[in-house]
Amino acid sequence: MAEPKFKDVFFTPLIAKNPIAYLILGICSALAVTTKLETACVMAIAVTLVTGFSNASVSLIRNYIPNSIRIIVQMTIIASLVILVDQLLRAYFFEISKTLSVFVGLIITNCIVMGRAEGFAMKNGVKMSFIDGISNGLGYSIILIAVAFIRELFGSGKLFGVTILETVNNGGWYIPNGLLLLPPSAFFLIGLFIWLIRTIDPEQVEEN
Amino acid sequence: MKRETVGQTILAATILCIVCSIIVSTTAVVLRPIQKLNKIQEINKNILQVSGLFDKEKSFDDNMKTFEEKVEKKIIDFSTGQYVSDIDTNTYDQKKASKDPVQSEKVPGDQDLASIKRRENYSFVYLVKNSGDKVDQVILPVRGYGLWSTMYGFISLDYSNLKTIKGITFYEHGETPGLGGEIDNPNWKKQWSGKEAFGEDGTVSIEVVKGLVDPDSEKAKYEVDGLSGATITSRGVSDMLHYWLGENGFGPFLNNFRNGEKNNG
Repeated sequence: MAEPKFKDVFFTPLIAKNPIAYLILGICSALAVTTKLETACVMAIAVTLVTGFSNASVSLIRNYIPNSIRIIVQMTIIASLVILVDQLLRAYFFEISKTLSVFVGLIITNCIVMGRAEGFAMKNGVKMSFIDGISNGLGYSIILIAVAFIRELFGSGKLFGVTILETVNNGGWYIPNGLLLLPPSAFFLIGLFIWLIRTIDPEQVEEN
Repeated sequence: MKRETVGQTILAATILCIVCSIIVSTTAVVLRPIQKLNKIQEINKNILQVSGLFDKEKSFDDNMKTFEEKVEKKIIDFSTGQYVSDIDTNTYDQKKASKDPVQSEKVPGDQDLASIKRRENYSFVYLVKNSGDKVDQVILPVRGYGLWSTMYGFISLDYSNLKTIKGITFYEHGETPGLGGEIDNPNWKKQWSGKEAFGEDGTVSIEVVKGLVDPDSEKAKYEVDGLSGATITSRGVSDMLHYWLGENGFGPFLNNFRNGEKNNG
């Protein structure tokens, strides 16, 4: 297999092979943390870092990992990195870590991290694996932040906690859309994004 | 290289486990003091907020200084309602105690309005001094189940009659943002100030009503607007106050206070 090019590795996961929109991975956490932009951004950064470093570490030791226990090895590395991130958040970003609570821990179960470790890092060099991890994390981040933007703006009339649309509860005029605050709305939004991306790029549509 | 033999597999797994566990445990140990401090300061900040002493303009450290100066921590025994002096206020962990079978007791189902299942035997109370250095409010920790989560908060009562509410705040909850999560909304919290927690006969009368409070109603001073779209969270808040201010919660303590034992602490 030829060594992959930087450009391909970095740019394809952003839109063309976006982990959420194309591979449909990592949906569960996308539903949970997107009611507010702030949490979505922190989650995005956390996932990007974890994917990048787990890919790099798996790739670094890929020639020493016995095939029979490779999944467990990947899992252990990912879990350790996630605990590291969780501990750092609790120490230095206490406010945010409160709202993210269990979801940071659940990065472990985010299929993107594992999927990239198994699908890319096991076969490629450290540098490329790291880039692949970061760019997949960014692909995830783009969707997450877009969904959170819509949900926070129309669900609670705010962006990053700053009031944009004055809601009725606070004596303003805007009646917030309660549905956007509930998890199913993220499903609809992600569905719409997938539709949009596949309309622009029909190659993504699976043949029946 | 042969890496598929049993020996190699076990060796690789062992090395990996050791390396990972060293990394994880080192970070946990190194960061623990910072995390612990965060938690304590978070609670202190909320006590300042509920008492109205929190000053957004001031730096965080200055606010913590205000806390040291104005707030006195005490521990009370729920069953007698008296202060206890043999527990160190700096080390007592109320949250832990509420889950420890030795330090807590089971709340019988019919009394368990706040759905807390177990109640610790001892609780913090906070006495807050005003600018003239006289105690003017007493702050009680409360908690109870809403829709999704246990909501943790503080309620502040006027020290002179122990009936009038001065403020309420919640520092930890997992209610739906925008709906039940509006218990954090400053505008909603503001209307608690000046409401009466107890009726003429001394029973807990404060209620979060459904919809808006009718200002002409006789009961208006015992009522707070409900949160729209969050009936269960609103009821949870009512129930939690009924429990904690009632006879199984801080009732005995408040009664002792009212009966002129204020100075015995």
